[in-house]
Amino acid sequence: MIDQHRDPNSIDIELQLLIQAIYIKYSYDFRNYAGASVKRRVLHALRQLSCSSISELQARVLHDPDTFTALLQYLTVPTTEMFRDPLYFLALREQVVPFLKTYPSLKIWIAGCSTGEELYSMAILLREEGLLERSIIYATDINPQSLEKARKGIFSLDKMRAYTANYQTAGGKHAFSDYYTAAYESALFDRSLCENVTFADHSLATDNVFAETHLVCCRNVMIYFNQALQERALGLFHESLCHRGFLGLGSKESIDFSSYANRFEALVKPQRLYRKR
Amino acid sequence: MASFKLHDHKINAIVIGTSAGGIRALLKILSPLPPTYKLPIIIVLHLPHNRESKLIDVFQYHCSLPVREAQDKEHINAGTLYFAGTGYHLSIEHDLSFSLSCEEHVSFARPSIDVLMQSAADAYGQGLAGFLLTGANHDGADGMACIKAAGGLTIVQDPNEAEIPLMPQAAINLREPDMILSLNEIHALLVDLESCK
Repeated sequence: MIDQHRDPNSIDIELQLLIQAIYIKYSYDFRNYAGASVKRRVLHALRQLSCSSISELQARVLHDPDTFTALLQYLTVPTTEMFRDPLYFLALREQVVPFLKTYPSLKIWIAGCSTGEELYSMAILLREEGLLERSIIYATDINPQSLEKARKGIFSLDKMRAYTANYQTAGGKHAFSDYYTAAYESALFDRSLCENVTFADHSLATDNVFAETHLVCCRNVMIYFNQALQERALGLFHESLCHRGFLGLGSKESIDFSSYANRFEALVKPQRLYRKR
Repeated sequence: MASFKLHDHKINAIVIGTSAGGIRALLKILSPLPPTYKLPIIIVLHLPHNRESKLIDVFQYHCSLPVREAQDKEHINAGTLYFAGTGYHLSIEHDLSFSLSCEEHVSFARPSIDVLMQSAADAYGQGLAGFLLTGANHDGADGMACIKAAGGLTIVQDPNEAEIPLMPQAAINLREPDMILSLNEIHALLVDLESCK
């Protein structure tokens, strides 16, 4: 096992080489991710994948795509829940939905949708507001395994109690259990919620804008980026959003330290809901 | 008490970790610092989950230094007390800015003291002084070891004085700190470290 108390410089060199190797070999670009978190996750992956050094991991990643797939699961952070930060969804429902209702059709982009919890939350909210049928939702992520899980819509039953509490605080209008079928310790979500959802492999680091949208939600994704990559992502959102379109971020994210600070106005600042100027 | 080692250290930043009993301990060492104090002080204090933190207000009331919650991508300013917000890990990047993350809990904590200290040790190297105070779990022991390995200075509150000795004792057991001090001595050292800058 690697002793991370020793020789920090060599570890940083190995880390840079690994990130470069991944980029050249697999076109996944982690070069502008926030360094501290990437380092932690790679060191964690080393232990899980039984490698004694990052160099050893790099060799395995280069010669064995399955190892890369395994590493990717550690590099992406799937911490998420349904109706996470319920007051955000309440603000979305009360202060953004009235504007969305004025459009004959809607396009919504969930950027970095991970395993889909945010997506299903949004779809439920839109259904309750009568908007789901005229919406197209793009759910994008860089991790194919996460996208596959999102597509299936099967979540652990033991989380439903916490999600139900979130849903109610978020202004939910029905019983949360109306939206899923419980079986074998799992909750299978109503397939019709995803009828108008397009799941796509999309990287905020390397891909471009693919549609004009009315609402972009990208929550707790850009905290893993450095400032340059955050700028790029905000640029994509700004370009994708229609005139006066809406942007929702995570509860501790802000655009205050970016060059886009003046190109959005805060609609509900505590809930990180912004509107394109 | 100020050891000869101080002269080897030019300290650029201070990190402090604490949990149970931490508010009282922090107020004791931080509230007497003068408004002209120059070093940034970055703190992880464990709090119960989902409780909206009034920490900033409490400490701003008692301290003459500006007190802020550390924001993602914010550059670290001199002479400021930063607290990690609830629910996110706080790290320091090589460019001396903050970053937040929702990675899994470390030692049952998010924010975790280990996460802050490991990243701060990477970013500041021997220019970092780490303090671990009263607390009821093992978070911070590993982080303190990282600070020492990177050449920084480590100071643990005397477990005999600490309200809950578990956290300082765990750090002492893992790797001997540079100093084991009382809160009064820690306050005096904070003042001394500024003049070593």
